[in-house]
Amino acid sequence: MFETLTSKLESAFKTIRGQGRLSEQNMKDSLKEIRLALLEADVNYKVVKKFIADVEQAAIGQEVAKSLHPGQQIVKIVHDELMNIMGGANAPLNFSDKPPTVIMMVGLQGQGKTTTAGKLALRLKSKGRKPLLVAADVYRPAAIKQLEVLAQQAGVEFFGLDEHAKPVDICVMARGEAQMRGCDVIILDTAGRLHIDAQMMAELRQIQKTMEPNEILFVANATTGQDAVNSAKQFNDDLALTGVVLTQMDGDARGGAAISLITVTGCPIKFIGTGEKLDALDAFHPNRMADQILGMGDVVSLVEKAQEVIDQEKALKFQEKARKATWDLEDFLSQMQEVKKMGSIGDLIKKIPGMSQLAGGDLDLDDGELGHIEAIIYSMTPAERHKPKTIKASRRRRIADGSGMAISDVNRLLKDFEKSKKMMKQMMRGGKRRGMRARGGMPSIPGM
Amino acid sequence: MAKTPGFFGKLRDRLGKTRSGFVAGVRGVFLRHTRIEEEVFEELEEILIQADLGVETTMELVEHLREATRERKLSDPNDLLEILKEEIEGILSAGDPSVHWEVPEGPHVTLIAGVNGSGKTTTIGKLAARLRDQGKSVMLGAADTFRAAAVEQLTVWSERVGVPIVKHQEGADPAAVAHDAVGAALARGVDCLIIDTAGRMHTKVNLMEELRKIQRVIAKQIPEAPHEVLLVLDATTGQNGLQQAKRFTEASSVTGIVLTKLDGTAKGGIAVAIQKQLGIPIKFIGVGEGIDDLQPFNAQEFITALFEE
Repeated sequence: MFETLTSKLESAFKTIRGQGRLSEQNMKDSLKEIRLALLEADVNYKVVKKFIADVEQAAIGQEVAKSLHPGQQIVKIVHDELMNIMGGANAPLNFSDKPPTVIMMVGLQGQGKTTTAGKLALRLKSKGRKPLLVAADVYRPAAIKQLEVLAQQAGVEFFGLDEHAKPVDICVMARGEAQMRGCDVIILDTAGRLHIDAQMMAELRQIQKTMEPNEILFVANATTGQDAVNSAKQFNDDLALTGVVLTQMDGDARGGAAISLITVTGCPIKFIGTGEKLDALDAFHPNRMADQILGMGDVVSLVEKAQEVIDQEKALKFQEKARKATWDLEDFLSQMQEVKKMGSIGDLIKKIPGMSQLAGGDLDLDDGELGHIEAIIYSMTPAERHKPKTIKASRRRRIADGSGMAISDVNRLLKDFEKSKKMMKQMMRGGKRRGMRARGGMPSIPGM
Repeated sequence: MAKTPGFFGKLRDRLGKTRSGFVAGVRGVFLRHTRIEEEVFEELEEILIQADLGVETTMELVEHLREATRERKLSDPNDLLEILKEEIEGILSAGDPSVHWEVPEGPHVTLIAGVNGSGKTTTIGKLAARLRDQGKSVMLGAADTFRAAAVEQLTVWSERVGVPIVKHQEGADPAAVAHDAVGAALARGVDCLIIDTAGRMHTKVNLMEELRKIQRVIAKQIPEAPHEVLLVLDATTGQNGLQQAKRFTEASSVTGIVLTKLDGTAKGGIAVAIQKQLGIPIKFIGVGEGIDDLQPFNAQEFITALFEE
């Protein structure tokens, strides 16, 4: 998600790393780099200004002479300041003591409110709640239908009237519906609107006054530029937001808007949207995000996700094998199958520190290719799977025929396997070095 | 200078919010400073960056201002404003914003692409209305078969504008929809066919491949088509807009940008950076939710509206 900002900061730190001690002059250079990196990452100009001033103050206040690793020191200061801005612990949703809990989704047009409403409903359902999705967007053509389809897909209750109804009336009626259907959470999908549209903003205030929501979530796109501060501020002034959802985090936006949004609203980011599918909604962890911005990778996220899906015992086995780099095609295959359960491989690999640089950026492995890989590996004998090096030309031809694939596909798979093995080795080494320098140790990576 | 005074006034009116923030900023700089000093450049840099022009374009513009100050020995900050206007206008005038809707052998095919939520479907509705008002027969192709109710959304627009639509079931192959749409447009002899596509992240290789396929399928029936591939870009987009434009251009032959949602406080400066760095012209701007709020882009009017008091 944040690779580019990460690499920018890394190059800024590198100029310091090479030097023995932190001086005012070399810090000035790297602060300039950090400033430009943050601006290019779409962090708001004023927010950057304050950030750099804070970092500088924090750094100058320290006894730089004591520092043996100036790079490490600056990393820590920048990290701490990022954490300062992004807030402490991961913020959970507020639920009402007396159900139903009311959650209101608001924001500009095209940020992903309706999709996020559907995702949130699915998430709450999986946590044992019974949400009611309410279509309060009567303006955008087919918005009601879209939410109805999403409700069906998520397997949750839906309530909507036609486009002639008033949004506030729909919301009021939804309360009764929720009671009748035994729903304990009401999610209101409101229409996208401009923050300067007084009439439309008044409509939101009316809904807020009538429904007294426990959560008002501002949905914003991670690609948003400098204007994020203006729209978020107006929504916050009018509605007193309780949280932010940052969408399209699966793209390559540097996502500096995250920092701007938190600064201007004072609200935590409660969720991030990471894909088009309904289960692509993740909790936001400021610490991990700060780590990620600084190139330490989103290891904790990865581990947590893996633990939800991957068989623990297998995970330990993989870890052991990966560490020793003795894994064979059999492991390669079952690992891929485990990984498949976790969603897009590209997303996953990107979370491993250093992996995106090692692989050269383009990691979008098509899930469909997994089928082909399976077919090829299943056409090998167990001995071949264990010692892929024994697979010479005639065996390759047999495997290709057996799997219905071309010899070139078999060749590519074997090559990929060798490459991944090498990457594993590099990662274990590189990760260790990176981790030791920056934070004094790196968490293990079960499952990878 | 405006050919259509009504339009000019409207654009200025629509750009009011954009203007007030930007102009207030620019004017502020010149009010605070009576002569050109270092702070003037720094403040201009701040304004341009906050307009989403990006670090690279901003630094270059400010550097030009510094050079001009040195070379021409300028002392009045107001001279800088004129130079800044000229510079931005120069960038924006480099591209050709015109669209030639008449093709020797019809129909004219436009493919609409962009990331999720940029405003593709709404743009198509407005574009269809615009072409209909010019007396052209228009047909829509609903090749966004992925997003829930996207087909319904475009259908509502086709009914509003009163033009036919070619659609399949949700989940159908978008290339097949495009194929059928071109076939139907040929059979009925319509003037313009506009094809909607699903919003896609430019980083998803398989989705960008799908876009390539749609374009190939269209070209199979009409070799010159699509005549226009318009990339719809939200004016609130930051520097990622450059990546979007780059990747979409790699996957399809993007001919222009439609800059939407310019009626908020966002300045859409990323479009200036895209024009400058990638040479893709802005062809239309969306300045409101009304059906006639899509306007052809005109650099000179845009700049005048941006800076005029």
